[in-house]
Amino acid sequence: MEVAATLLLPLLGALVLAFYGARRAAPEVNAAFSLATLIAAGALTARVIADGPMLVWGEQFFVDSFNVFLVALTAFVGFTTALFSRPYMRVERDHGRVTARRMRLYHSMYQLFMATMLVALLTNNMGVMWIALEAATLSTVLLVSLYRTAASLEAAWKYFILCGVGIAQALFGTILLYFAAEKLLGADGMQALLWTRLDAIKMQLEPQVLGLAFVFLLVGYGTKVGLVPLHSWLPDAHAEGPTPISAVLSGLLLNVALYIVIRCKVLVEGSLGSALPGQMLMGFGILSVVIAALFLYRQRDIKRLFAWSSIEHMGIITFAFGMGGPVANFAALLHMTLHSLTKSAIFFAVGHAAQKAGTQMMDDIRGLVVQNPTVGWGLMLGTIAILGVPPFGVFASEFLILTTAMQQQPWAAPLLLAAIGIAFAAIFGQVQPMVFGEPNGRRLPHPPALIPVFVHLGLVLLLGLYIPPWLADWYRGAAALIGALP
Amino acid sequence: MINLCAAVLLLLSFAMISQRRTVALVDLFTAQGVTLAVSTLVVALGTGQRHMYYSAALTFALKVIVLPVILRRLIRRLGVQWEAESRLDVTVTMIIGLLVVIFAFGLAEPISALATTVTRSTLGIALAVVLLSFLMMITRRKAVSQVIGFLAMENGLFFAAASATYGMPMLIEFGIALDVLVAVFVLGVFFFQIREQFDSLDLQHLESLKEK
Repeated sequence: MEVAATLLLPLLGALVLAFYGARRAAPEVNAAFSLATLIAAGALTARVIADGPMLVWGEQFFVDSFNVFLVALTAFVGFTTALFSRPYMRVERDHGRVTARRMRLYHSMYQLFMATMLVALLTNNMGVMWIALEAATLSTVLLVSLYRTAASLEAAWKYFILCGVGIAQALFGTILLYFAAEKLLGADGMQALLWTRLDAIKMQLEPQVLGLAFVFLLVGYGTKVGLVPLHSWLPDAHAEGPTPISAVLSGLLLNVALYIVIRCKVLVEGSLGSALPGQMLMGFGILSVVIAALFLYRQRDIKRLFAWSSIEHMGIITFAFGMGGPVANFAALLHMTLHSLTKSAIFFAVGHAAQKAGTQMMDDIRGLVVQNPTVGWGLMLGTIAILGVPPFGVFASEFLILTTAMQQQPWAAPLLLAAIGIAFAAIFGQVQPMVFGEPNGRRLPHPPALIPVFVHLGLVLLLGLYIPPWLADWYRGAAALIGALP
Repeated sequence: MINLCAAVLLLLSFAMISQRRTVALVDLFTAQGVTLAVSTLVVALGTGQRHMYYSAALTFALKVIVLPVILRRLIRRLGVQWEAESRLDVTVTMIIGLLVVIFAFGLAEPISALATTVTRSTLGIALAVVLLSFLMMITRRKAVSQVIGFLAMENGLFFAAASATYGMPMLIEFGIALDVLVAVFVLGVFFFQIREQFDSLDLQHLESLKEK
């Protein structure tokens, strides 16, 4: 029941907004549907906390402690982003950057994007997971090119082609997985693609096939996560699309893709009985962290800067999942949540800052705190939070990941530490003059939508000071589910 | 019979990577679709798997009728019938293509050994088709050619699924077909946007976003 509501509400929203998305009230309708989805997801979460994992509709959908927290997070950030996009997109429309028809496209695709992500999270079927993730790409391609500028078209084209090729690799991986499982589970029905069934028999799956499958799955879905060297679509797509879309791409889609990678890793690790999948994740992770840190220095565009920072953080999370073990998994899940909240908050603030300055070039954005103090402080606090300064929560998760790395993978700890240090210097050095420098330009002519920014940052702060016991249990349950080899 | 189809499929892939003209690529893509549908039908007849009949019908409808029609209409409306790749070194591409095929066979060897289907020997070819299409996407500069490469890659994947496991479950195949169809529609819209902006579908214009 709750599952159905969570999945169907955004779909219904997409349909309604496909007709009425150009109306004056469409942004409110968009936010209302997102709120309804959030309520349904909240009910689902409450139910799962009370009753434990559940399977619905002939085992095609399932909810356990790993995906339910991502469902709640996705619905929450989806709602706050809809709130932020209300005034933001109105201003864009008044400036003539988007027409009424494109507003309709935007609102409808926004809801559809939410629906596809929720399907990808909730489905138990590896095939449906693939379909949903591909649909998520398709629904956002035209949003990245919403402004129809040369740069945005190029970004959308790259996004489509690279993710399309990536996801084709993942399909091959899925075929191999099905091939290995079909012998044990039978070809009739969809048994052989159900994750719970696969998980139950993972020890008997042919290791050779699964090893090969994992390479394809990791490269395929890893493209969507933005792991280096498969990342080159990410900064472009984040920088050229409308800011609300940057926020949901960075805060949600990357998480969903990583979630699928981890689901695959659990299966393959069980079959291979070795740490190879974990080592591959660690390799990709550390490479992403280091490369991203080096590229952060060279950015001139503020949205590109934070897109690269997303690559860095996805690298950290992937590395932590690669190490495995209860503590690292716990930290990785926590970091996923915190990165999602913080990064979307930053993009909200960045959106207003860029609207005020009329440009995304960092050299032309100055003195935010003088002319629009709330935007300036929002950006500053968000930046401090994402850089892992205590007492914000990111500090706690990064600290956990680093200390675990020192114990388990001592070679990686200095690399991680150096990369985090470089990223700190690069981002802080760029943001500081934007917030506190000599003001230029004019004030933002309309009131910014900053409630989402401060709500997100407040949550991040709260999680840094105190993690409620039920949430900790929840993470622990998910971490145990992901498990790891001893 | 299956092996014959597989061989034709591989040949068509090679023809595609060496073909410069966009319209001819659509013809080759259609031929690939026909081969795919025939081979699926042959497997269906041979094994009596009911869902393979549906799968063959779906392949025929989508890859022989719908997609080529859409592509042709797009090409006509965009007026790029006579467009050809200018920067394409056929000899080098062919040699790389050969290496790719050897690599694909090597990769598929251990998997084919485990398969129980009658079609297992064709898995190497399926993988080769996927990788050749990938090669085609890398070497092309025209937007339409890249998309055909993308679709050919999906053909290879479909063939891989058919030869290793007699196809994925029906519902999944429908989902994948739907995604492909939507992708082509989205790209159609996209082509017009690109042309409106640049007056051409040459991807050379799309190379300004780089890390400086």
